[in-house]
Amino acid sequence: MVRYILRRVFYMVITLFIIATVSFFLMKMLPGSPLKAEDKLTEEQKEIVLEKYGLNDPVPVQYITYLKDLVQGDLGISFAFDNTPVTKILMDRIGPSAQLGAQSLLVGTFLGILFGLIAAISHNGILDYTSTILAVLGTSIPSFVFAGLLQWFLAVETGWFPVALWGTFEHTILPTIALMIFPMATAARFTRTEMIEVMGSNFITTARAKGVSEYGIIFKHGMRNALIPLVTVIGPMAVSLMTGTLVIEQIFAVPGIGEQFVSSIMVNDYPTIMGTTLLFAFLFVVIILVIDLLYVLIDPRIRLTGGKS
Amino acid sequence: MKLKWSLLLALGLLLSVFLVACSGDDGDSAEGTGSDDKKEEEPAKDEENVEQVLNFINGDTIPSMDPSMATDEYGFQFLGATMEGLYRLDENAEPVEGIATEHKVSENGLTWTFTLREDAVWSNGDPVTAHDFVYAWQRAVDPDTGSEYGPYMMGGVIKNATAVNTGDVPVEDLGVKADGDYTLVVELENPVPYFESLTTFGTFLPLNQKFVEEQGDKFATSTDTLLSNGPYKLTDWESTSSSWNLEKNADYWDAETVQLEKMTYEVVKDPQTGVDLYESGTVDRAGLSSDLVDQYSTHEDYVVTPETSVFYLKMNQTRNEALANTNVRAAISRAFDKQALVDQILNNGSLVANGLIPANFTPMPGGGEDFREVSGDLVTYDVEKAKEYWEKGLEELGTDSVELEFLAGDSETAKTMNEYLANQLETNLPGLKVTLKQVPFEQRLDLDTNMDYDIQFSGWGPDYLDPYTFLNLWLTDGGNNKMGYSNPDYDALLEKTTTELAQDNEARYQTFLEAEKMLFEDAAIAPVYQSAMAQLVSPKVKGVYVNPFGPTYEYKWASVGSEE
Repeated sequence: MVRYILRRVFYMVITLFIIATVSFFLMKMLPGSPLKAEDKLTEEQKEIVLEKYGLNDPVPVQYITYLKDLVQGDLGISFAFDNTPVTKILMDRIGPSAQLGAQSLLVGTFLGILFGLIAAISHNGILDYTSTILAVLGTSIPSFVFAGLLQWFLAVETGWFPVALWGTFEHTILPTIALMIFPMATAARFTRTEMIEVMGSNFITTARAKGVSEYGIIFKHGMRNALIPLVTVIGPMAVSLMTGTLVIEQIFAVPGIGEQFVSSIMVNDYPTIMGTTLLFAFLFVVIILVIDLLYVLIDPRIRLTGGKS
Repeated sequence: MKLKWSLLLALGLLLSVFLVACSGDDGDSAEGTGSDDKKEEEPAKDEENVEQVLNFINGDTIPSMDPSMATDEYGFQFLGATMEGLYRLDENAEPVEGIATEHKVSENGLTWTFTLREDAVWSNGDPVTAHDFVYAWQRAVDPDTGSEYGPYMMGGVIKNATAVNTGDVPVEDLGVKADGDYTLVVELENPVPYFESLTTFGTFLPLNQKFVEEQGDKFATSTDTLLSNGPYKLTDWESTSSSWNLEKNADYWDAETVQLEKMTYEVVKDPQTGVDLYESGTVDRAGLSSDLVDQYSTHEDYVVTPETSVFYLKMNQTRNEALANTNVRAAISRAFDKQALVDQILNNGSLVANGLIPANFTPMPGGGEDFREVSGDLVTYDVEKAKEYWEKGLEELGTDSVELEFLAGDSETAKTMNEYLANQLETNLPGLKVTLKQVPFEQRLDLDTNMDYDIQFSGWGPDYLDPYTFLNLWLTDGGNNKMGYSNPDYDALLEKTTTELAQDNEARYQTFLEAEKMLFEDAAIAPVYQSAMAQLVSPKVKGVYVNPFGPTYEYKWASVGSEE
């Protein structure tokens, strides 16, 4: 187990290194420069400013400098926010995004599993069709449509919730609902399909024959097996939810990282772009590792090290 | 738990609103209607009745509060509210006393001697002195600072600014000296008649050297690392903050004029969200994008404020031989219906532009008419004339068809506008084929720098209160010309305004009129429109002035009035 994890961590570092390299060179291909008053300065004036930021060096030299700093954990100073370290921007912005992501993931998957379960139990019944239709709508309608509707009906018209902005728990409710539709619908569809399949398998028939109660069959034997594939989907979904979404964050004026990332690209804030990319990549590889480890815990059929044991 | 607390808070707030309403009841009705006239004499009484707090939206975070480094709208906005330079622009965009009370200009117009007030202090108690200006201005052009606006605003204006920036002479040689603590002597490179208004700009604000050096890299990154010497203080702010406040600065030398106690700010980027917040009463002002104007133009709080940015088509004379032909350019600049564009696509109070200098920007010297009005319509939509010029042009070129690449922005509104313009040109000028190239802003700048376009949709906002800020764009070696326009007569005219006529403002403006006319005789550019902002503004917001350049809003004289 320990050896397995160490090996995985080694691969993770390599992955991150490749991502850092590729995005560094891609970023350098973006048109324009981080200069803010580019259209007003003479060539000579531009040189003076670029020199100060070390942007006059050849790109390979910049790349080496960048890697050196990165290894020491230094993500640099933002070009867009005066004198502000990139780490501070990331720390300040990941909070709201992660909170919304976690809330919507938890509530969304819980409700999704519940609906999926109900649908599976009433297979081909009216509840099944209703929840299937809702699930299809939920996966196909983009979240910003929900966001707009929620904002209009639950905030502007009725005044039940704050329209937008960030601060108290109430402020998080509408964006959470808007964000949770997708994980909910996805979880519902997966749970339903898997549950129906599992319920038709031999070991359920055996359990029934042994006289296990219906409750025991559904929750102990059925669900435990039906949820395994769901873990695969939840991982990447968790990352994408927690790293924020541009549109939801804009609509509800949430100071999140998704929105920040796009702004940084727009103004060529190189250090912040790199920092955010690496943070996202890091979260992603960590979550994938966690999921692989989770499999071992929940599915006895999976072994990490060969078949010898 | 949190929910309970906020419920309690809400109830408490509700209660306090009732209490305020009750306590203000006795004199409120009389005060409410007459408050406007009485404000001058009884500001204190007014404050008792209405809470002097306004809530605003900001379109983005504040990237910099360092006067030497600021380059953007929001930086200059909050610098303008929290700091004060030599002068400040009033309601009519006239410079009024700030840290300086008066100034004298030497006979040759090159030496300006400012007398500073002795009762101005920084928010840490230090007096604001002439040395603060010397330090700040030197810092702005010091190459080690890496400022963009420093060399841009001061180069060619303050003596040696460019030479200091390139490192040719030491910073001490910059033409700004303190003569004692309260006299500032500024030497200019050429006489600059608009220098007085220029000193209101953010880059020219003073800095407390001791404080700035103490803070080092941390300077101006949060409330604690900022000093204020203006009407307000920035509170609860960090460079990454998405909400903050402006609070009245009790130490400001003219604090009794300042009526507002507090302004709150929240970053909201989506215009629809801004409007929703306005409708729910959370904020007192919201901007409207073009697509929202239709819906809200009948709203009772709908307000249109003209701006001083002008948008036009640049016609590159170096890449496509057709555009080197004056008749072709003259045809293009007359071949699109600007009124329809302004009314139907922009739909936000923008004005048709028939010249380069915007309307309501610079009045003729001596309190005369607006420059735009005197100069008149230099190029208007006129299909007949356009066709005439077009045919003449084609004949001279010896062809019957022309293909042009139209470079422009890629926002939603921009795209609609680009397609409209291309369609108008193709319809009104037979044989013309226009290919659209719609790209993000940064890419457009790159293509502009390399002069890699035929026609480009572009615009400019003023950097100081003088027609020269627009006219100098088209000098032969102008940094923003980038379209191959060159007319030695035009260059000579403008040169005259900075040299022999520099001290005779009357003659300067006459020369500007001549130069602008020449620009359109040459059909150098095709003006399209002058922008405006459409907003919903609460009627209780009083005394907020919109500046023609520098900070968008002036809040020194702002207050909360009655809702009616």
